[in-house]
Amino acid sequence: MAGLELVSDAGFRADGRRPDELRKVRARLGVLARADGSAYLEQGNTKVLAAVYGPHEVRGSRSKAPPDRALLCCRCSSAPFAGGGERRRRPPQGGGDRRSGERALLLRGVLEGAVLGQLYPRSQIDVHVQVLQADGGELGASVSAAGLALQDAGVALRGPVVAGSAGLAEPPAGPPVALSDLSAAEEAAGGPRLVVATVAGSGQLALCQLSARLHQERLRPVLDAAQAACRGLHAVLDGVVRASDPLGDTRTLPWPQ
Amino acid sequence: MLTSRTFVKRTRAGAVVKVVREHYLRDDIACGAAACRLCTPAGSGSAPGLEARPSGPASSLCPGPHFLLPDTNLLLHQIDILEDPVIKNVIVLQTVLQEVRHRSAPVYKRIRDVIQNPEKHFYSFTNEHHRETYIEQKRGETSNDRNDRAIRVAVKWYNEHLKKTEDAEKIEVIFLTNDNTNKEKALEEGITAYTCEEYIKSLTANPELVDRLACVSDEGKEIEGGKIIFPEHIPLSKLQQGIKSGIYLQGTYRANRENYLEATVWVHGDAEENKEIIVQGLKHLNRAIHEDVVAVELLAKDEWVAPSSVVLQDDGQNEEDIENEEEKENILKTSVSKDMLRPTGRVVGIIKRNWRPYCGMLSKSQIKEARRHLFTPADRRIPRIRIETRQADTLEGQRIIVAIDGWPRNSRYPNGHFVKNLGSAGDKETETEVLLLEHDVPHQAFSQAVLSFLPKMPWSITEEDMKHREDLRHLTVCSVDPPGCTDIDDALHCREIGNGNLEVGVHIADVSHFIRPGNALDEESVKRGTTVYLCEKRIDMVPELLSSNLCSLRSNVDRLAFSCIWEMNHKAEILKTRFTKSIINSKVTLTLASPEVRFHMDSETHDPIDLQTKELKETNSMVEEFMLLANISVAQKIYDEFPEFALLRKHPAPPPSNYDILVKAAKSKNLEIKTDSAKALAESLDKAESPTFPYLNTLLRILTTRCMMQAVYFCSGMDNDFHHYGLASPIYTHFTSPIRRYADIIVHRLLAVAIGADSTYPELTDKHKLAEMCKNLNYRHKMAQYAQRASVAFHTQLFFKTKGVVNEDAYILFVRKNAIVVLIPKYGLEGTVFFEEKDKPTPKLEYNSEVPSLTVEDTIFHVFDKVKVNIMLDDSNIQHQKMRMVLVEPKVRQPKISKSFFLFIRSNMISQKKKSRFQTHVNIF
Repeated sequence: MAGLELVSDAGFRADGRRPDELRKVRARLGVLARADGSAYLEQGNTKVLAAVYGPHEVRGSRSKAPPDRALLCCRCSSAPFAGGGERRRRPPQGGGDRRSGERALLLRGVLEGAVLGQLYPRSQIDVHVQVLQADGGELGASVSAAGLALQDAGVALRGPVVAGSAGLAEPPAGPPVALSDLSAAEEAAGGPRLVVATVAGSGQLALCQLSARLHQERLRPVLDAAQAACRGLHAVLDGVVRASDPLGDTRTLPWPQ
Repeated sequence: MLTSRTFVKRTRAGAVVKVVREHYLRDDIACGAAACRLCTPAGSGSAPGLEARPSGPASSLCPGPHFLLPDTNLLLHQIDILEDPVIKNVIVLQTVLQEVRHRSAPVYKRIRDVIQNPEKHFYSFTNEHHRETYIEQKRGETSNDRNDRAIRVAVKWYNEHLKKTEDAEKIEVIFLTNDNTNKEKALEEGITAYTCEEYIKSLTANPELVDRLACVSDEGKEIEGGKIIFPEHIPLSKLQQGIKSGIYLQGTYRANRENYLEATVWVHGDAEENKEIIVQGLKHLNRAIHEDVVAVELLAKDEWVAPSSVVLQDDGQNEEDIENEEEKENILKTSVSKDMLRPTGRVVGIIKRNWRPYCGMLSKSQIKEARRHLFTPADRRIPRIRIETRQADTLEGQRIIVAIDGWPRNSRYPNGHFVKNLGSAGDKETETEVLLLEHDVPHQAFSQAVLSFLPKMPWSITEEDMKHREDLRHLTVCSVDPPGCTDIDDALHCREIGNGNLEVGVHIADVSHFIRPGNALDEESVKRGTTVYLCEKRIDMVPELLSSNLCSLRSNVDRLAFSCIWEMNHKAEILKTRFTKSIINSKVTLTLASPEVRFHMDSETHDPIDLQTKELKETNSMVEEFMLLANISVAQKIYDEFPEFALLRKHPAPPPSNYDILVKAAKSKNLEIKTDSAKALAESLDKAESPTFPYLNTLLRILTTRCMMQAVYFCSGMDNDFHHYGLASPIYTHFTSPIRRYADIIVHRLLAVAIGADSTYPELTDKHKLAEMCKNLNYRHKMAQYAQRASVAFHTQLFFKTKGVVNEDAYILFVRKNAIVVLIPKYGLEGTVFFEEKDKPTPKLEYNSEVPSLTVEDTIFHVFDKVKVNIMLDDSNIQHQKMRMVLVEPKVRQPKISKSFFLFIRSNMISQKKKSRFQTHVNIF
């Protein structure tokens, strides 16, 4: 009985959202002047900064670079003050922690499916994502922010990349409910968590990662909720991209609400 | 629609951590009033709201239509009243609900059930997320004050909101609180507020509700004067610190049944020493009640005591006789040898109360016209409870239910309030109700929701049902059961197949076909866990339509079954095993009303129990053997298929020391019992016969059963030890009685998935849920057994009530320090013969634990000695009637009365098929 009650009988989550509602999203492009493209994304209290450098010549050993398409280098990190579940697992000095490493790997997988790499043979695109504040859904936010930064950099994409997450609440009374866009508290409750990344327009999944066991009968509603979260996020981010003027000074733009 | 606000700081686990959580405020939360046009109803199918025209009870204080809005403490303490059908249209704020959730899980569950009940018109308003009712904690304001303020703000909002929607009549929201300062503040702010007492007393049409008010130890209750009896409880935060640093120990408090001044605390955790701490004396017990989780402080070693073997009952009527108590406490401190001393402690605080409503009887106050009375619970481990009632005269001699409200420091007894009247004591129905309640057996009639999942009659087998099913109607299948059995869940067939081998099939009723996972019928069955057989009554696990009709494998009708079919050679070696869902048509229902049974009836005047266990053996063991075989085969199959989620049954081997008493006892009769393995034990038991003492073997077997452990269900993914000791099988489960055991239904489902006849569902493959379910099933089985025994005991008492004193042969089963436990074979009755009696000089007792034997004056008693006892009913205490046995000198008088007794008990038992069939095995398997 103890522990978090994910959905109350009145149908609200602990933070007051309904099961299918996303957290507040705020985003901004071109926040870093020296990067070729950059984006800042807030999903609730999760705050992520992404920067894209390139396409540029391959640095380091050229042998790594594939001859026919661009080399994608992804690096993820977490700010020391980011908080969240990553606080204790951090190694004392330097280097990325394990979760960041895993995030980078997954991010690269998503972006390779989204970037039209064959347009940039023998070149390299660097994507750096830093979590400034962690409050659940860091992987999804990292992917979405990287997608925004790539758009800002003008890298050719199959479509905008967005990611969303969903979980499942099993209230003691009543049927289980799929929850969109989990917060850190909800992730900590230990239920299944599904992260899905889509390349908008293609209708295909670029990433589908499930933590914890989930019965196959329950997968469909959770997957639907995660995809709905992607669509909802895309609607907001699309507005942000269209509103931002790639030539002007974005810093003078008001925060899109 | 969303307004975000970050808000919380929190400390956790010692370290101070800043936690920031989002908190969304919304403007789309409905007020729940049906008449309200401003709020859009929150989605279809949401919880039923408040009535448009509140039809609450008439109140003289507020004659107009009104909603009630209770605060947290009121809800916690007066839940009994709120549950009454009279009280309707109550708004439960989220703030209140959350506070209740933190403070008492049982009350939280109850209030949620009430909110779900559409007839009660309770509405839970999410005020913390409403834009206009959310408030922030002010600087310097405690969270309690903040919550009180939040409640008041919500009441205010409601009143203003309802004014706007006003149609014809103005609906008022009435704030109920027992907190005076809160009430004053509310009145200042212009809110109508009453205490619970004021409001309930104003309900002119329902005066009986007043009795059910919990008396909360507020002002005006200090009749005992300021005399403090108990030391203060240390607050929870300090207790937790103390437990961490090892000053205090946390444990479950278990009151002593025999001695109200003594209790043990079972310390949680793995620490080997100080597992069990003794607490002695009223002050040290410090208001803890049986099953509470408490913190204890160990006393210095020189204050340690030994567990007393004195029987002490709390019979004081007067509050003031504390000196008397001290006297009694001194009785406990008889001098004992050093090595008897056990860790002793005192209760310093309560971590969690585990109060429940208690059954018992009123001990009416001697003062006429008094309204305070003491209530004596049926369970001796629960102290008496002081209640306030005006209907003492009607409640006298009745079994009633009472709930505890609190235990102030200056009161000898806890305070409580009357909940429910069950009926007059001694009445068969009341007593059955009491024993079902006391053993936590769910026994309400099946609800409409449950019954709605039953198949519609007339029922027939459809094409759809035939999918994944084999048609075995051509086979000659038969069932073997005792006469009068209505729930036939197994049937057998055997035939020669061409190659010189035999095909043997066990067909079990396919209950899982009718009970689909997750629906109300399934949930009710899993809650009940097992069918409970009492004398005169059977509490079914599944509704009767299934248990006695559609699932019962009656003859000459088509029935769905789950079959386990073996191919065997004539040496009974299994060559092939297969499982299939099937459809069968039993050709004949064989009953045990064959010549054997007639024989049984004739000779029963001599020795009915003996007969039951012996003469029925062959037919029984044929069925039994095949059932065991089916269970083992199925266990192996589901474990192979689902190594993590198989529901199995194990019977742990008892520690060798458990057998000491058996070996010693056998030795005294010059027999050797080997206990190194189950097989050796069984063989040596078979050999242990004495030509001059034919009953000895039965006695030895009874004794052996007592040495063993309980068999339990478990989930294979959560355990390593699968062995079933009693059956000497490496793996075992329950498959053959799905009508009366829920475990079998799960096993059926697993097996169905394993053979591809049914689909899986999420809970089935979740080992934590399965383990949780096993825990419940084990608990229900244990409770069902206790209830069964209690029922038999009650009916035995009824029998002896009409008989008066009876003189009977008995054998000694155990020898205790001041008593012997005897078994009377004729009635299968067990009892204790005490040698110490009230108001009589104690005889000289000498106990020898080596033999074991007890010497009373100059008579020596050994285990298995034959004695004669007088049996009579001791009804000096109506609440605890019991059988009393008194030893008489061996006399050569043999009255024959057992026939009437046997018939009496027999006629009271309705078709307890399995119980009588496996009589000797009930405890082991």
